[in-house]
Amino acid sequence: MEDNVILRLEDVRTYFFLPKGLFKTIVVKAVDGVSLDMKRGESLAIVGESGSGKTTLGRTAIRLIEPTGGRIIFDGKDITHLKDENEMKMFRRNAQIIFQDPFMSLNPYMTIREILEEPLIIHGYKDAEERKEIIEKSLIDVKLQPPEEFLLKYPHMLSGGQRQRVGIARAMVLNPKFIVADEPVSMIDASSRAEILYLFKSLQEKYNLTFMYITHDIATAKYFSDNLAVMYLGKVVEYGPSREVILNPKHPYTSALITAVPDPDPKNRFIYRKVISGEIPSAVNPPPGCRFHTRCPYKFDPCDKSEPTLIQVNPNHKVACHLYNKK
Amino acid sequence: MSQNVLEVEGLNLAYKTVRGDLLAVKDVSFSLKPGESLGIVGESGCGKSSTAYALMKMLPPNTSMFTGKIMIDGENIMDLDESELRRRIRWKKIAMVFQGAMNSLNPVIKVGFQVAEPLIVHENVPKNEALEKAKELFKLVGLPQDFINRYPHELSGGMKQRVVIAMSLVLNPKILILDEPTSALDVMIQAQIMNMLKDLRKTLNISIIFITHDIALASDLCDKIAVMYGGQIMELGSSEQVLLDPKHPYSAKLIGSIPTLRSDKKLEFIPGAPPDLVNPPPGCRFNPRCPHRFDPCDKEEPPLYILDGGRQVKCFLYKMKGLGE
Repeated sequence: MEDNVILRLEDVRTYFFLPKGLFKTIVVKAVDGVSLDMKRGESLAIVGESGSGKTTLGRTAIRLIEPTGGRIIFDGKDITHLKDENEMKMFRRNAQIIFQDPFMSLNPYMTIREILEEPLIIHGYKDAEERKEIIEKSLIDVKLQPPEEFLLKYPHMLSGGQRQRVGIARAMVLNPKFIVADEPVSMIDASSRAEILYLFKSLQEKYNLTFMYITHDIATAKYFSDNLAVMYLGKVVEYGPSREVILNPKHPYTSALITAVPDPDPKNRFIYRKVISGEIPSAVNPPPGCRFHTRCPYKFDPCDKSEPTLIQVNPNHKVACHLYNKK
Repeated sequence: MSQNVLEVEGLNLAYKTVRGDLLAVKDVSFSLKPGESLGIVGESGCGKSSTAYALMKMLPPNTSMFTGKIMIDGENIMDLDESELRRRIRWKKIAMVFQGAMNSLNPVIKVGFQVAEPLIVHENVPKNEALEKAKELFKLVGLPQDFINRYPHELSGGMKQRVVIAMSLVLNPKILILDEPTSALDVMIQAQIMNMLKDLRKTLNISIIFITHDIALASDLCDKIAVMYGGQIMELGSSEQVLLDPKHPYSAKLIGSIPTLRSDKKLEFIPGAPPDLVNPPPGCRFNPRCPHRFDPCDKEEPPLYILDGGRQVKCFLYKMKGLGE
């Protein structure tokens, strides 16, 4: 494996098994065969609607969920079914997550200092002075300045944006290489969103971090991610450089997703958006063939029979759609 | 010029909190013509939902002050008592789709009956006729008519949202308030609902107040946009005026912070946090975050200046250019 690939997902599958009645089990195929490479220092946006499997993919990538199938290779090491406690600890140190809800993901009974100190204690930083130094540095990194002003505060004393910065600082204290950010700005006011996203960008450059940015908001992905993967029902249907995918989408689902999002433009009210009908089907019984065929305006012969694989359409731009099979 | 169906003048609303009175809505005025749609846009805590509840006169028990004029069809509803309001105004002239209402459908009653219920209970309409009306409304909001026999759990989120919109229309209101009707839905479903609302406007010629935190979404439906901040309207004008040429520093920055898919720009943001409405900053409520702050801003509150084309801007920058209060 090339040295600069930090994370490789090979045909990763994450299924959830839900009991139904006494003897039956329902299988929810949340992630169903995703292969991706992420280079060091890259930011990759995973875009999709609710139920597309994007959050499950992010959580699987850092082994908060153990995958049902496939392989996860992190920094050259297969961590798919890693069990050894010490090795797991080492991995956790390098791969962190930022959660969507800055209100729910911080313990209300802990001060900011305690919240940031906990990971350091768990990972064996014995020297209290050193811990304090690291905490202060990470608070400065996320622009909660001066740090002394925040150390003794409780989460409820901070604004939503400040809380999310604490969430970022908590992910940063262990100096990780890879961070999954799961909808980190969706609960933050529009006027502060860009500020947090710029912060991610600066941290990424400063520490050569690799970011997996999980979002339903394809517009922010255009501004803040190098590459973009569009997910639909557990599969990646399109992958490529963010700007290229957005300006020149190949998959009918990606086009539909982009058409559905309005820009602030007073002309909008005089037009109807060409949207596809229906809603995302259940991941329990995904449609056969291409999973999007039930809603696709370009559906033709093979679509409901064989499943399209990701094929290269441009350098680095891949799409899983039968429309491009012949070309 | 047609008669305004709604005129709001100097609306103030405060809530009692443990820390003191929270002035959620301060001196809000606007008007609405038949068939016109107004977007009230702002970030969390700016008073947009409070304004909506005030228009319905559905206020929480800790309301400590509620003043101003709300004229619906020329009648000031502030003077009416609750029973009069129920009998003649609420739901009949002005209706509202509450935020998250789709999650409040009764799970054990068929949705058609839930839509028809007000007719049966309050208007003494026979059940068959009322269900017919529900069918009609279902058609209007883009639901198959036989869905009246379904239960809420048999519907998806987008369908439930359509049901609650149908519900709000059952007594033929002239004004419909939509409070974040799509914020819990995926973008694809959101676009479907927005298309449906555009149809609804055309067929019913209903006036709409569309409350959203998403100014891009407001542009999808609204003729006029009011930008609220800290309980006040900072700028009010046509969609063209506000979106293409925002005058208030807050609206300009807010629009600058919206990532666009179809064009490129450098994204802006507003440092700092929204004001504490129990102890608002003196002068203009936006002044601590304003990039154009100058002498009078932290001392006195700017009035709403009326500029060319009738647009209103609450900012001292326009003192010279405007026509005054």
